[in-house]
Amino acid sequence: MTGLLRHRTYLPARELRRAYDVVIVGGGVNGLSLAYHLAAEHGIRDVAVLERAYIGSGGSGRNTQVLRANYNTPETVPLYAASLARYRGLSQELGFNVQFSTEGELDLCHTEDSLQVEREKSALNRALGVQTDILGPDEILEVCPLVDLSGGGELPVIGASYHPPGSFARHDAVVWGFAQAAARRGVDIHQGVVVTGVQVDDHTCVGVETSAGPVSAGHVVSAVAGWSTQLAAMAGVRLPIVTHLLQAFVTEPYRPVLRGLVSSMDLTIYVSQTTRGELLAGAEIVPYSTFSTRSTFEFLSEAARRSILILPFMAEARAMRQWGGSCDMTPDSSPILGPTPVDAFSVMAGMGTWGFKGAPIFGATMADSIATGRVPDLIAPFALSRFREDRMVPDAASAGTH
Amino acid sequence: MALKVPCPNCGWRPSTEFAWGGELRAIDAPDAESDFARVFLPANVAGPQEERWFHLLGCRRWLTMTRDTTTNELG
Repeated sequence: MTGLLRHRTYLPARELRRAYDVVIVGGGVNGLSLAYHLAAEHGIRDVAVLERAYIGSGGSGRNTQVLRANYNTPETVPLYAASLARYRGLSQELGFNVQFSTEGELDLCHTEDSLQVEREKSALNRALGVQTDILGPDEILEVCPLVDLSGGGELPVIGASYHPPGSFARHDAVVWGFAQAAARRGVDIHQGVVVTGVQVDDHTCVGVETSAGPVSAGHVVSAVAGWSTQLAAMAGVRLPIVTHLLQAFVTEPYRPVLRGLVSSMDLTIYVSQTTRGELLAGAEIVPYSTFSTRSTFEFLSEAARRSILILPFMAEARAMRQWGGSCDMTPDSSPILGPTPVDAFSVMAGMGTWGFKGAPIFGATMADSIATGRVPDLIAPFALSRFREDRMVPDAASAGTH
Repeated sequence: MALKVPCPNCGWRPSTEFAWGGELRAIDAPDAESDFARVFLPANVAGPQEERWFHLLGCRRWLTMTRDTTTNELG
């Protein structure tokens, strides 16, 4: 097995050809997952991934690495459970160590309202075969003795939901693993190629214009997350998406003190410890739309304050670094996966704050959809047409932060 | 820098006092298609955007301003 600890993996340099069966715009975790699954599961190897900067430079390298299946709708729970199942075997499948570890997720509640949401979530999850338990205060301390049940004396914790399958994977490794496995099967990955237009002829997509010249394609897929509305507009497709900023910070590295993810549903804060020892904290999206990925001092001070309320030891930790990433948020906080009104132009959009969690299953099901021309049942509820048909998949309560 | 919003009543105030009301969307035609587009299909402009803000923790009035969404500078 190759991986981060052995050596860095570089992509083979290949010339950009003038035509491909499939062109994927966006070299993030979802575009690369799609490319890998097209090649590995369907033998479709005449595929190009066009990345504006370098692979994983967008949200794929900026998310907080949380993997889980404790969602709030009958459509999303099976989708993310299938993704988590694929993540479990991903290192072996790709031959690349993605540092997957299952450590559990603890979601603290300080109000009866949020605990009720968690109870309903737990019942739904169990009905669909996903373990999410409701814990009382004593049981919370058994899972994580570091939690301050008084909530810093301000917001006493009255209960929690606990999701033992909650996991982490190193996000850069997942990007590199998919890229390497796809390239090995013949996929062309081109970094530094900017897509400037999408060619549509009589309601059918036929290729893209790029900074390196035109490229024709049998099928074009947009996997550009925060820039989804801009790319779709080039094909004449409008998407129900607004781009927001999500931020996180890490402290200096410490010896292992915190196992799993600890979050507060009422404070919208979550904390974990990375494999490098940094304590990693994040909160909710910035409420106004922005394409700027500059992180703010307001976020750092507020997220630090909230983290100390649930985990007092955070007061002793020293913040080291903060960053932000673009999230393409949909009205129902669920992804948009599948065809568009333009033939041969598909989207993996609305990746919001959940794109990393879904990447293996999003790529696998979209590959099925493109190879067979039939949308798999698992992603049928996430069609772009759902907004017009009034069949949204409202999941904001569980998808909003991490 | 924290984003500051120019309230016509209260002057420059931090954006945390406001609720963001989204991009300004014209009511161009009173039909279902136009309603759908106005609710569900924002332009999500990367660049100068006319947008609405509500001074929730202040004078509770609406205002319209132009902000470049790539830099957050006001126009």
